[in-house]
Amino acid sequence: MFYREAGIFKTSYAADMALLPAPGARWSAAAFAVLFVVVVPLTCGEYALTILNLILLAAVGAIGLNILVGYTDQVSIGQGAFMSVGAYTAANLITRLNAPFWIALPAGGLMAALIGTVVGIPSLRIKGLYLAIATLASQLIIQWTINHVPFISGGSEASIQVPPPVVFGIKLQSQVQMYLFLMFFVVLALVAAQNLIRSRIGRAFIAIRDQDIAAEIIGINIFRYKLLAFAISSFYAGVTGVLYTYYLGIANYEQFELDVSISFLAMVIIGGLGSMLGPIFGAAFITLLPIVTRHVLDSVGGLFVARADLANFVPSLRLAIFGALIIFFLVVEPEGLNRLWRNIRTWFRTWPFSY
Amino acid sequence: MPDFDLQFTILLVASGLMIGLMYALIALGFVLVYKATGAINFAQGEFVMLGALIAAAVLGANLPFWLACLLSLAGMIGFCFGLERVVLRKLLGRPTVSVIMATIGLASLIDGVAVLIFGPGVRSIDLPVGEMPLYLGPIMLQPVQLAGAAVSLVFLVGFSWFFLKTRMGVAMRAVADNQTVSMGMGINVQRYFAMAWALTGIVSALGGVIWGAMLGVDNQLPLVGLKVFPVVILGGLDSVAGAVVGGLIVGVVEALAAGYLDPVVGGGTKDFAPYVLMILVLMIRPYGLFGRRRIERI
Repeated sequence: MFYREAGIFKTSYAADMALLPAPGARWSAAAFAVLFVVVVPLTCGEYALTILNLILLAAVGAIGLNILVGYTDQVSIGQGAFMSVGAYTAANLITRLNAPFWIALPAGGLMAALIGTVVGIPSLRIKGLYLAIATLASQLIIQWTINHVPFISGGSEASIQVPPPVVFGIKLQSQVQMYLFLMFFVVLALVAAQNLIRSRIGRAFIAIRDQDIAAEIIGINIFRYKLLAFAISSFYAGVTGVLYTYYLGIANYEQFELDVSISFLAMVIIGGLGSMLGPIFGAAFITLLPIVTRHVLDSVGGLFVARADLANFVPSLRLAIFGALIIFFLVVEPEGLNRLWRNIRTWFRTWPFSY
Repeated sequence: MPDFDLQFTILLVASGLMIGLMYALIALGFVLVYKATGAINFAQGEFVMLGALIAAAVLGANLPFWLACLLSLAGMIGFCFGLERVVLRKLLGRPTVSVIMATIGLASLIDGVAVLIFGPGVRSIDLPVGEMPLYLGPIMLQPVQLAGAAVSLVFLVGFSWFFLKTRMGVAMRAVADNQTVSMGMGINVQRYFAMAWALTGIVSALGGVIWGAMLGVDNQLPLVGLKVFPVVILGGLDSVAGAVVGGLIVGVVEALAAGYLDPVVGGGTKDFAPYVLMILVLMIRPYGLFGRRRIERI
């Protein structure tokens, strides 16, 4: 175990393509697996698990968005809308046809992928600012449609209640059960994305990101791969929407408004564009930020202003801190939290000869 | 569907045109920065709110109207200047999403800090134009809208003149067209970046005063900024005239949607009808109605 690397000694392509290239990474990956699958559910309280579940939910959507924004460089401000498409598709299937979760989940994903492909069509001709605004438009249009078509939204309040999912005959109700359920999908999403990026499709995405005209010239079918990136990313979003619906027990359009799309974009960028762990770090950061701020303000805020005033200020202060931190990270660490993580890891890997 | 009523339609179109001019004014602030520096400013609505807040706070202290406008202008120019220095200069050359995200962060920072400084609650700005509606034949015009449209028109014409005729305006257009060549011609590009932001500050202060007078100044005012996007896309990003045409289209479409579609489908069409139109235009003309097609080189 305790030896140091002094270069790259890979002798086969299989070793070069390994998912966990660093020596000892298998051990640390196994350790993390034990920590998150066995230790955490046994030791964490209800409240901590609630927060962890929210992070896991966000992570699935962020991994998907990263395929689109980080690997293919197509800006999308519509992730929230695709989530709502998945959520309402599943909610309708569940309440009308009594669909089990293993049908509702992929159905929600596929519906979102379908809508996402349609939204992606303008990306064939426009990019940058124009594409960002076209996806913003789709967010507003989808949101309005769901809200105003009673067939989709279930009439009053535009929300549909769903029963908890049943897995192997067990009704998932407690936070621990939900945690393991969600953890399974996060791992699935992560492994699927990791392998996708290593494949022919993933390399085509990266070529399009780096220079789309050059990619077209070397024979990559831009039409196909751009739409595929939108479809895959929207599929992830749709699945996230279904998982949210199961977790909250209700499909509600307010969970998927424009600010949700924006916070998913923030997760991907703060976590680190075009990296695998980045979206997970970002999801944790953006989810924890308001919670931590609230606790800190509750405990120390009383020193500066009267407690009654505090309640008025907290939402604005949280907003301000959110904005300030985003700007801070973008200016100071452009490659995101993933870069920090890699710096730390490299420091340990190469210690004590870090040159 | 309500019966087609000519007078009602004319009324909608007239008010749409006036609102459209006011949209064009704030859209100009967005276009200036985008053309000169390539930064996509998602905080334009917040800039407008900030300009309005300064003016409203000065008016609240019983100071005269002209002083409120002046202080709002000075405050916004200083703010945008500082912003360019501290944040946006460091983001030059980053991916589009990063700049978008930074301005979104900025937007929520402004939203939060504004409430902390100016407090919650609605403030009002009273334009010195009175309350009496103006009758033009059968059409009734609100004085606030009329004043806003007039101010917008004057400044849009002023900016056109500035870009077409003055030395600085020509230099700004050169920077927008090609930064490297401009540098080669001896133009101080950094200075014109700062100037583009300062002009955005002016536009935001003016927009803040007129929009604040129209809608009242509170944390809902930044939503005006969401209208900027269809305006700039429809008009294309290449000229002041484009912004005006885009603004007028969005204003009229919005007014007609609110007048005719809302009763049929049940509300809210005002906010997304311009976007639907924009998507349709993008399908046919990807560079907007008046935008130039850009040739890309590898």
